[in-house]
Amino acid sequence: MKNNLITDSTRLELLKTMILLRRFEEKIIEVYGRQEMKTPVHLYIGQEAIAAGVCAHLRREDYLFTTHRSHAHCLAKGADPFALYAEFYGREAGCCRGMGGSMHPAFPALGILGTSAIVGGGIPHGVGTALASKLRGDDRISVVFFGDGASEEGTFHESLNFAALKVLPVLFICENNGYATVSPLSARQPTPHVVDRARGYNINSLQVDGNDVEAVYTATQSAIAHIREGRGPAFIEAMTYRWKGHVGTEEDWNKGARSKEELEQWKEKCPLKRLCNSMESTLTSNKYDKLVAGTDASLDEALQKAVTADFPPVGQMNEFLYRKGEY
Amino acid sequence: MPWTSVCLNKKDIACFAKQRVRTLSYVEAILEAQQIILEQDPEAFLIGEGINDAGGVFGSTKGLSDTFDQRVMDMPIAENGLTGVVIAAAAAGMHPLLIHMRSDFLPMSMDQLVNHAGKWHSMSGGQVSIPLVVRSIIGRGWGSAAQHSQGLHSLFLSVPGLKIVLPSTPYDAKALLLAAWQDPNPVLVFEHRWLYDNIGPVPEGTCFLPIGKGVVRNSGTDVTVIAVSHMLPMAMEAAQALKQDGVSVEVLDPRSIAPLDMELIAESVEKTRHLVICDVACKTAGYGAEVVTRLMEHNPGTLQGPVKRISFPDLPTPSSPALEEAYYPGTPNIITAIKETLSHQIVHT
Repeated sequence: MKNNLITDSTRLELLKTMILLRRFEEKIIEVYGRQEMKTPVHLYIGQEAIAAGVCAHLRREDYLFTTHRSHAHCLAKGADPFALYAEFYGREAGCCRGMGGSMHPAFPALGILGTSAIVGGGIPHGVGTALASKLRGDDRISVVFFGDGASEEGTFHESLNFAALKVLPVLFICENNGYATVSPLSARQPTPHVVDRARGYNINSLQVDGNDVEAVYTATQSAIAHIREGRGPAFIEAMTYRWKGHVGTEEDWNKGARSKEELEQWKEKCPLKRLCNSMESTLTSNKYDKLVAGTDASLDEALQKAVTADFPPVGQMNEFLYRKGEY
Repeated sequence: MPWTSVCLNKKDIACFAKQRVRTLSYVEAILEAQQIILEQDPEAFLIGEGINDAGGVFGSTKGLSDTFDQRVMDMPIAENGLTGVVIAAAAAGMHPLLIHMRSDFLPMSMDQLVNHAGKWHSMSGGQVSIPLVVRSIIGRGWGSAAQHSQGLHSLFLSVPGLKIVLPSTPYDAKALLLAAWQDPNPVLVFEHRWLYDNIGPVPEGTCFLPIGKGVVRNSGTDVTVIAVSHMLPMAMEAAQALKQDGVSVEVLDPRSIAPLDMELIAESVEKTRHLVICDVACKTAGYGAEVVTRLMEHNPGTLQGPVKRISFPDLPTPSSPALEEAYYPGTPNIITAIKETLSHQIVHT
């Protein structure tokens, strides 16, 4: 059924974003075997609808916190692919000058102040920036992405409780891909719906098909309207699936973690394919190929520039221990 | 100036009254520092369990919520999550002071302090720092037992990126807290409950001490006694007592254990050649172990007597008053330690 709340031009923008997120990581897969990109990569392929659909509603100054699986959220918020690639190659031109790698990107100008790779570690951070916004009376909102595994951490509950208590402008996005590394949700939680926990804190919550970018887009639109009206936090559980293993560039069905059939079923629900189907009347395959080719050209250039960039000076790690001077 | 002096009795306090030097208690100094912070800095806020109740964290936040309202915030019993909340508020440029009524609650904050606050500036390539202050109070006595009386400061010594201060006088309580507020990095301030009523000279308005610099509290030539927090008054008593016996004791207060003022310590020990280290924590892997290692790395021939450590035994704190009395070291222990190190000469060959 066609989603009447979305225009064709929005669909096209969402498609462009998802192509960027997908191709950005497929480029990593192409070069990773050369062992020059020495950073543990946690790929987002299969989940692109969530980052694209949510970030389409964010302003540049809004805060965003992501996880070890961080690439897509940064890109969808506007990060320069070169700054990420250079960071993954450990170069001085990287977004964190080679101090953070794949798991800790920071783009303060985009509201990405830093990234935790401790599961659940970043959830309170989104609440903290939301508290700052509330105390300052500014209109920046905070969005925090995390997985189903993080919902088992104490910080998840502590953060939801405090955000609801203080009526803070924060959007929680739980990307439920069904697995924490290789442990299925059923081995870890007594009920299958994380969203039920959020409702327990009296937070405006809903569950959405995380592979349907249009559904994510419209759900986020209403959640953010609620937040910007000053009515407190909102929570979206987006159901999705991770195509690759927890870390690295390989699929993991052959390691016995999960079945190939399950993966194939989810690949049928590819978020890009689904949006293309929905755009059938306006998107020819020729036009799609051109979009991909354009994205590839700029990513190839970024990647090439990154792999040939300079390494940072060794002394910088001493420099970054403490910030000098007064705040 | 009187600011480095330590008042041990009513006579010392009366002396300042005669000179018309203002004195405050340690807790009044902390309260005044926070008042200044909240008045001068609209980006500062205080948060902690029960900080705006009538008692106000042993009086150290008493009345602040009347003036500063929502910038003095009670919080849910959720130490780790709320530490994460204030860390990110700091990353966004605010200046939070998180207050744990007991240092024993710091392990609940451990993930956010160790994995996040201490590393943020470095991991972000120097882009974002965490101007956070965490106050916590080391308890003692009245059967507080093992979960309400720990000195856990040295646990954080092996975490780069955190600063750790232990004020021992009312002046230091104010000046180090104000310095922590001005510091763009996370600073853990360990107060001691048994120092709260101690009186000393404290100037009005702002005053700052550089974090990472220690102070000579009493000059001497025979032995160096390093003492932090509640150990300092006892070390000063020991120095006074031994003066009558002709022993010249140099008492050093490092004020902060991260960074550690090794320059001051090495200078003193090279003069006295004897060292006693006093801590308000269990002995093993305390800051004293780091002091001695660094001294030995630099100049292994420095010491002419055995190092003596005055600290809590490596045991959880007991509750019974009879056991507490045996557990905690006091001035006589410091005196004995000084005598022992001076009587036992090491000959370096």
